[in-house]
Amino acid sequence: MTSRIVHIASNTFREAVRDRVLYNLIGFALLLSGAAIFVGQISIDIERLVVVNLGLTAVSLFGVVIAIFIGIGLVSKEIEKRTLYTVLSRPVCRWEFIVGKFFGLAGTLVVNTFFMAIGVFGALLYVAHKFSVPDAQILVALYFIILEFLIICSLALLFSSFSSPLLSAVFAFSLFVIGSFADDLRGFAGLTHGFTRWFATGAAYLVPNFSALNVISAVAHQQPLGASLVLQNTAYALLYTVTALSGAVLIFDRKNLK
Amino acid sequence: MTGRKRTTIIASACLVVSMTSCVLLLRHLDRVRPKAAIEDVLYIDSPKLVKRASLGFDGLMACMYWTRTVQYFGQRHYDNEHTYNELAPLLEITTTLDPHLLPAYQFGASFLAPAPPSGAGEPDRAVQLMEYGIEHNPNDWHLYYNLGFVYYGLKDYKKASEAFERGSHVPDAHPFMKVMAAQTAEHAGDYTTARMLWSATFETSKEKNIQENALEHLRAIQVDEDVTNLQAAVTRFGERTGRLPSSMAELAAAEHLPGIPGDPDGNAYKLTPEGRVLVENPDDFPFITKGTPPGYKGPAQLKFHSKL
Repeated sequence: MTSRIVHIASNTFREAVRDRVLYNLIGFALLLSGAAIFVGQISIDIERLVVVNLGLTAVSLFGVVIAIFIGIGLVSKEIEKRTLYTVLSRPVCRWEFIVGKFFGLAGTLVVNTFFMAIGVFGALLYVAHKFSVPDAQILVALYFIILEFLIICSLALLFSSFSSPLLSAVFAFSLFVIGSFADDLRGFAGLTHGFTRWFATGAAYLVPNFSALNVISAVAHQQPLGASLVLQNTAYALLYTVTALSGAVLIFDRKNLK
Repeated sequence: MTGRKRTTIIASACLVVSMTSCVLLLRHLDRVRPKAAIEDVLYIDSPKLVKRASLGFDGLMACMYWTRTVQYFGQRHYDNEHTYNELAPLLEITTTLDPHLLPAYQFGASFLAPAPPSGAGEPDRAVQLMEYGIEHNPNDWHLYYNLGFVYYGLKDYKKASEAFERGSHVPDAHPFMKVMAAQTAEHAGDYTTARMLWSATFETSKEKNIQENALEHLRAIQVDEDVTNLQAAVTRFGERTGRLPSSMAELAAAEHLPGIPGDPDGNAYKLTPEGRVLVENPDDFPFITKGTPPGYKGPAQLKFHSKL
């Protein structure tokens, strides 16, 4: 079972690399080096802040775009090319296919994030000339970004298991936007009464809470992040990912592929 | 020549020519378009809306707005425009997006408070900005210092002293906060206090622009103090002899000065036939309040003498 998932995951990773996904690193490197060099000349006293904010925001946004646009095609492309039938004709369960695809895409994003992280720290060293202890918090922010990717990958897979690639992209991106407003949604629920309150509260808990995973500003200002936040965010992201993946497996398992 | 090679050459030539033409045309368009319409417009002036639109990436958005603020202030300053209508809204958006962005408070107040041409002449907005900054960063003594400074500029020495006093209670506050609270309360408005404030600014800042600004103010304080003292000497001379001194050399001799007094650049002060003491080049001291000829409106451009 495990080896089959690993095979599907490694093939997914290879396919993503063949699709030149990692080329985004060039754009990222240009963006970051440009910011590191030019911001000092056009702004005042925020060189470090810009490198951290821009670096982590770019890691997050580049990854989200990759996760959505590759994730939505993972299932549909296999059906379109009819390679799915070859895979499923072997002793591979449908759920193993979904889980393998998920790990393949997640692996691609982790590798991508690793190289981007090197870029962020390189740019930081360029502007600050040295690292300080609070800079280690950037690793926590990067870890949270990876957790965010896991959720988005699983959602993209969930949508692509029952919808067309275009609609899946719209759904996944919409959920990313709504998830970024999850705290506001909860605040809005608190202001309402009756059914609206019940509905808004339910929606606020149903959508992924990406704002809890966004600690970029705090890290940029070298504010300490508690261990409990790391643990609870990890648990939340993993649980949400399992939920979305379970949904994807349930739907894909019943999907008529004829 | 093969067909493919010919296509490559023609397409490459088209690409280079059309791109170059685009750039040239755009440069021409920039000259034709009305400049103010491009610069003095804030499309979204609601800080809350901008914060929502940032999708949680408000830190980066704050950096972008802060850079825009610096560019806006700098450009209008450079263009000798004395109105800064968008400065306060830009700072409000910046600090709403990131209430911990300290440079926005420290520099923002120094952009807002001074009267034109040095600043926007909006000291009340500067005070509001600093109070907002203190509310969100109560443990940063620099903000109390900056607030005190704004009040000092407004000649509200009581509130300046209170701000320094509040800041002196913050953990790790610089010891001079207590001294300045006392000094401002007792000797407000004298040159020693002003010199102390700007010296503290120079010594506690790592930012070259702030240090340069502080240095320029220290030079201006020196000139103001020299001119005040020399003007008093002229009055004394008149009371003693019944006439005005004919030259600075005569005044220096009467006052037993070691030589003809000079400004921080080494140029001798001038004495007009009406008995006014003037600096040789007032444009070299953008912040002086004394020693300028009648009707002098300040330098067209702030010219800092980088001594750093």
